[in-house]
Amino acid sequence: MLKTNEVIKVGIAQMDVVKPPHTIRTSGLGSCVGVILYDESKQIAGLIHVMLPDSTLGRATALNVAKFADTGIEALIDLLKVEGVQPFKLKAKIAGGAQMFKFASDKDSMRIGPRNVEAVKEQLRKNRIPLIAEDTGGNSGRTIEFDPVSSKLNIRTVNQGVSEI
Amino acid sequence: MIFNEKITSFHLDVLKEIGNIGAAHAATALSSLLNKKIDMHVPKVEMVSFNEMMELVGGAENLVVGIFLRIEGDVEGSMFFVLPIEQANQFIRGLIRDETFDFSAPNIPELGLSAMQEMGNILSGSYLSALSDFTNLKLYPTVPGLSIDMFGAIISIGLIELSHISDHVIVINTSIIDAELGDEESVRGHFFLLPDPESFETLFKALGVA
Repeated sequence: MLKTNEVIKVGIAQMDVVKPPHTIRTSGLGSCVGVILYDESKQIAGLIHVMLPDSTLGRATALNVAKFADTGIEALIDLLKVEGVQPFKLKAKIAGGAQMFKFASDKDSMRIGPRNVEAVKEQLRKNRIPLIAEDTGGNSGRTIEFDPVSSKLNIRTVNQGVSEI
Repeated sequence: MIFNEKITSFHLDVLKEIGNIGAAHAATALSSLLNKKIDMHVPKVEMVSFNEMMELVGGAENLVVGIFLRIEGDVEGSMFFVLPIEQANQFIRGLIRDETFDFSAPNIPELGLSAMQEMGNILSGSYLSALSDFTNLKLYPTVPGLSIDMFGAIISIGLIELSHISDHVIVINTSIIDAELGDEESVRGHFFLLPDPESFETLFKALGVA
């Protein structure tokens, strides 16, 4: 394997794990939430791009666990355990959950951003993972990139430029 | 219901007719609005994964102007009119007669935004009324919303409904061509119609395929 710095790209409703010198990124988060779980001392992190709050709302027979906040965060913890991370050492940073379009509709799906953020936080509480930083809500899309060495999450938006949490 | 498995390539072909009729009317409306020649491509109807969907307009991070509305009534679904920045600038500059107008500027003038909003209204209205006339289905569009942002952030709102039951989306994709800008993929505008999974049966019935 090459030792050059590579960016691991995570798509919508997907997850992956990163170790130095690589970083991990997901692009174009709207109402979706990007969740980083990381172990500072081991410098291992996982990223999941959550689309929906709750898998019990899903009606599909074969579940893509990474799509939902509840099943996805559990699955990411399991993935990190395989890498030798102890769950109690994990911390979290999250970004996303925007409302891209403002207009009235009865559909629940229009308020999906805030519901995703709530569901992610609930799962973090349940798993006793402290939420260290967040950049959520608003009405801008976000691209996020996490560096497991510095534990910094870089956030790019179209209108507000680049920030770091 | 696993809707993916019941839908054959024949069904997808039939859906092309929707893209054809809807977009042809919208392209005509656009052409008379801007007083310029607008062509359209043969519609594409594809079943794609969410991540393949992101690649249809240059990737999740690509900056676009997006008009979005929900369709309610006999058939439910999401509709998008997506323009690359360059193409949107071209249209709006012509419409408000201001050559300096730019969607990628930090403060976008209100006039251009409301012109874009209005264009979205007219185009989605003509797309959907043509579709409604053709199928005899009642379609009630919501007021369109406008967002200038990353394509992934915009389109994902249209994937929410169907993501409850599927990891794939059937997208009726018609692209339009502004003769002045040429037919580069990077400047093509797109109409995307994403029917909710429950609506396919109604749609197929209305189109005469059971």
